[in-house]
Amino acid sequence: MMKGLTNWRLFALMTALLVFLSGCGREEISTLIPAGKVAQDQFNLLILSSIVMTFVIIVVSIIFVLAIVKFRRSKLGEDMIPEQVEGSAKLEFIWTAVPIVLLLILAVPTVYSTFDLADVTAMDSVNEEGEQNHLTVNVTAYLYWWEFEYPEQGIVTAQELVVPTDERVYFNLISADIKHSFWIPSVGGKLDVNPENVNKFYLEFDKPSSELETGVFYGKCAELCGPSHALMDFKVKSVDREEFDQWVTAMQEEPEPAAEALAQDGEEIFANSCIGCHAVSGVGSGGMAGPNLAAFGDRNRIAGFLEHDEETLKNWIEDPQQYKPGNLMPDGETNNGGEPFSEQELDALAAYLMSLTVEE
Amino acid sequence: MSSLAQKKGFGAVLWDYLTTVDHKKIAILYLISGGFFFLVGGLEAMLIRIQLMKAGNDFLSAGLYNEIITMHGTTMIFLAAMPLLLAFMNAIMPLQIGARDVAFPFLNSLGFWLFFFGGIFLNLSWFMGGAPDAGWTNYASLALASEGHGIDFYALGLTISGFGTLIAGINFLVTIINMRAPGMTYMRMPLFTWTTFVASALILLAFPPLTIGLFFMIFDRLFDSNFFVVEMGGNTIIWEHLFWIFGHPEVYILILPAFGIFSEIFAIFSRKRLFGYTALVFATILIGFYGFMVWAHHMFTVGLGPTANAVFALATMIIAVPTGIKIFNWLLTIWGGSIQFSVAMVYAIAFIPSFVAGGVTGVMQAIAPLDYQLHDSYFIVAHFHYVIVGGVVLGLLAGTHLYWPKMFGTMLSEKLGMVTFWFFFIGFHLTFFIQHFLGLFGMPRRVYTFNADQGWDLYNLISSVGALFMAIGIIVLLVNVVLTTVKNVRVGNDPWGDGRTLEWAIPSPPPFYNFAQTPLVRGLDTYWIEKMEGNKEGMIYAEPLGDIHMPNGSIIPFVMSFGMFVAAFGALYFMDDTKPWALAVLVIGLGITFGSMLVRSLKDDLGFYITKEELIEDAKRGGNTDGHK
Repeated sequence: MMKGLTNWRLFALMTALLVFLSGCGREEISTLIPAGKVAQDQFNLLILSSIVMTFVIIVVSIIFVLAIVKFRRSKLGEDMIPEQVEGSAKLEFIWTAVPIVLLLILAVPTVYSTFDLADVTAMDSVNEEGEQNHLTVNVTAYLYWWEFEYPEQGIVTAQELVVPTDERVYFNLISADIKHSFWIPSVGGKLDVNPENVNKFYLEFDKPSSELETGVFYGKCAELCGPSHALMDFKVKSVDREEFDQWVTAMQEEPEPAAEALAQDGEEIFANSCIGCHAVSGVGSGGMAGPNLAAFGDRNRIAGFLEHDEETLKNWIEDPQQYKPGNLMPDGETNNGGEPFSEQELDALAAYLMSLTVEE
Repeated sequence: MSSLAQKKGFGAVLWDYLTTVDHKKIAILYLISGGFFFLVGGLEAMLIRIQLMKAGNDFLSAGLYNEIITMHGTTMIFLAAMPLLLAFMNAIMPLQIGARDVAFPFLNSLGFWLFFFGGIFLNLSWFMGGAPDAGWTNYASLALASEGHGIDFYALGLTISGFGTLIAGINFLVTIINMRAPGMTYMRMPLFTWTTFVASALILLAFPPLTIGLFFMIFDRLFDSNFFVVEMGGNTIIWEHLFWIFGHPEVYILILPAFGIFSEIFAIFSRKRLFGYTALVFATILIGFYGFMVWAHHMFTVGLGPTANAVFALATMIIAVPTGIKIFNWLLTIWGGSIQFSVAMVYAIAFIPSFVAGGVTGVMQAIAPLDYQLHDSYFIVAHFHYVIVGGVVLGLLAGTHLYWPKMFGTMLSEKLGMVTFWFFFIGFHLTFFIQHFLGLFGMPRRVYTFNADQGWDLYNLISSVGALFMAIGIIVLLVNVVLTTVKNVRVGNDPWGDGRTLEWAIPSPPPFYNFAQTPLVRGLDTYWIEKMEGNKEGMIYAEPLGDIHMPNGSIIPFVMSFGMFVAAFGALYFMDDTKPWALAVLVIGLGITFGSMLVRSLKDDLGFYITKEELIEDAKRGGNTDGHK
C-alpha cells in the first residue's frame, strides 16, 4: 500500500515537472513568449482573463468539494430525506451580480484593445516628401505559399517575410485563390486572408530574429485550405532598420548573372524550365504563378518548411507533390519537357538557386 | 380480437420497428443509429490521434486526413450527439408531461427515417469516391474548390437529415405546448422537458439558415450558380454567416438537453428538489435567446471590423451569466442533499468541473483581441471538446445509465459503468487539457502533420494516449450493454428508488399507451409529491379508465425518406456529363417521395382503440405490453 502510494506521488511529481519544464513552447512560435506589442497586448489579456477565471474556478471548486464531501448518503444514512429547499432570491442575486462585475473587468480592456489593434488610420500617412511614414507589406496567399510585396520599395519576395524591428509594420492581406489565415503566433494574432476583400492590420517586431535559435519566427496558415494546409508555413526575419534598408537596396538591384560554371549551367536550365512561373529578381510587384525566388540562397527553408540545403532542393524540384501534396508546381519531368532532370542538371539548378543572394 | 401483442419472431420485430410510430420505439431507433454513428465518429477520432501521435507521421495521407476530420466533426454533431439527445427526448419527454405519445407520431417516424437515410447517404461517400474534406464548417471557397463528390454528399446528406431534425423539433414543440397532462403547468414541467422545449425552439429557428446555406452550396455546385464564387461577384463570407447563425445555436441545441438530463440526475440522486427551479428555467430560456446573438464570435478574425467584433464580444460574455446561474443552482441542489454516487450521478458530478473549464475558456475566447491568438488553434479544439465532450457526451453517458431501465426495463451494470467512467473521464482530460497549451504554443488546428522543431511532440503524444483511454471506456460500455441485455434482470417502476417525475411512476418499459389513465399533476416533481403523501400508485388520475385512441403504424415514412435518399444520388451525379441516367434517378426518387405523400393524403388512417377491458387485462399482467398486433 505505502509503496504504491510513493510510486504514485513520484509519478505525479514527474508529470508536473515535465509539464513545467517544457514550459512555454518554442520562442519562434509560442504565443506565450510574445515578441512584439500586439502579441504582448494579447498575452496580457490572456493573463488577466486567466486570473479572473482562476478566481471563478476556485469558488466553484470550494463549493463543489465541500458539497460532495459533506452530503454523501453513506455518511447521512439511507433513510434521510433532505429538506426540499425551493431556492433563495438572495443567492440568485449574488451569483448573477458577481459574474457581471467580473465580466465588466474583462469587457473594458476587450473593447479598448479591439479598437486599438484594428486602428490602421496611420497606414497611408505620408511625410513632407510624400513618402509613407510606415512600412506597408502587401501579403498575397496562394495555395500553399505566401507572397510579400513592398509597394513603396518596389520589391517583392515570397515565403520569407523580412521586416524592420521596433516599428509598426502594416499589412494588406488578400488571397489569390481560397481563404487562408495569416498568423505569426509569437508576434501577434491572426487575420484571415479572404479572396473577396483586403484585410488590414499591423504588427510590431520587438526582437531581431537572429536572437532565435533557428534565426526566424515561424508563420502559419491558420485556416484549412486543402491537403497541404499544415505545410503552408512561412518564416519571418526581423532585422534592425539599418539592416532592413540595406536589404531593400540590395533587393532593388537586378541580380548579377551567375559567376561559377555550374551555377551558369543552372541559370540556363532555369531559363528554359522554370522562369515561366518563378522570377529571380526582387524588383517588381509579384503576381507570378509561382513564388518569387529572389535571394533564395539567403532563405531559411525550402518551400517554407523543408531544410535549406541542396539535397532537399533537388528532391523538391524532382517531385514537389511528395513534400507538399496538392501544390501546383509540376514535377521535374514535366518542367523539363517530358524527361527527368539528370543528376547533373539538378546539381546545376541547385547551385544556381543557392547562389541567389543579396546578403554580404 | 385483442389488439395487444404477444411474443414475435425476428421478421415481425423488424417490421414493427420499420413501421412504428411509438415514441419509445423511435427513441430506441435513434439510440441505436446515433450510437452506431458515435462509434464511427470515435473511430475517426482515433485515426486522427494516431496520425498526430508523433511529428512527421505518415499513417494517413494529407487528403485522407482532411476527409477524416471533416467526417469526424460532421458525424459527431449531426449524426451522433443530436440523434442520441433526440433518443432521450423521445423516450422521456412525453412520459414526463403525462402524454400518451408526441403530437404527430407519423411525423416523428418520418423525422427519424429522414435523419437515418441522410446519415447513411453522407457516410456512403467513403465508398463512392471520397468523403467531404472541407471541415465540418465547410467554408465556401475551399468547398467549391474541392474535387470529387465529397462536398455534394455533405450538402445533400445534411439537407435530408436536417429536414428530419426540423420535423422532430416542431413535433416536440407542439407536443409540449398541447399535450401536457391536466395540472402540468409550464412552471411544473421537469427541467428536461423545459430544455427539450427550448432546444426544439432553437432547432426550429436555427436549421433554416443552414438549409439556405446548403441550398446555395448545392446550387453553386450543381447548376453553376454563383452565390459563393468570388470572381463572379459572389461572397464566401455569406456562407460563414449562414453557417454560424445555425452553428452557434446548434451548440445550445446540444448542450441544453444535456443540462436537462443533469438537472434530473442532481435532483434524483441528491434526493432533493432542484434548487432555484425558476432561475434554472429562465436561465435556459436566456441561453437559448442569447444563442442567436453571438454567432460572429466564430468570425472574429474574418475582418468584420472593430465595432462588430466588440459588440459580439460583449454579447458573448453575457452568456456566461445564465450559465453560471445554472452551475451554482446545481451545486446548491447537491448542497444539503443526500448524495448517492450512482454512475449517472458520478457523470453529473464530473460534468461540473469539466464544463466549468470549458466555460471559462469560452469567456477567454470572447475577448476578441485574445481570440485572434486562440482562434483556429488547438486552444479552440480543446475548448469545444471540453464543452461538447465534457458537457454533451458526459450528459449522454449519464442519460444512458439513468434512462436505460426506463427504456429497456433492465439496468446497466453499475460496476462496469464505473470502469467506463474512470477510463473515459481520465482519458478525456488527458486528451484535451494539454491541447490548450498546444494552441498557445502556436499549433493551428486541422493540420495533418507537424514538424519536430516546434515543441509540440510530447503534448501531442500525451493527447493521443488520452484518446486511447477514452476508447477503452467506450468498449467497456459496449460490453456492459451486451451483458445487461443478455442477463435481462427486470426492474420495477422506480428502479433508482428516488424518482421524482412522472416517468418513474409507470412500468419500465412503459406500456405502449404510456398511461392507462391520464395523470393529474399537483406540483413540481409530481411522483415525489405522491410518494411523500403515501400514495402507493404514485399518481392520481384526471380521468376514469376508458378506451384509448391510438395511431396505426405505417411504412410510409420509411418509403418517403427512402425516396429522398434515391433522389439525392440523382442530384449528386446530375453534374457529371458522363452520367445521363442521373436525371432519371432524381425523378424516380422524388416520385417515390411524392407518391407516398399522395398515398398518405388520400388513404384515411383513423387509428384504433384499445378497449377498457384490454387495459384492465393488461394491468393484471404488469402493464408493460410493448405494442399491438
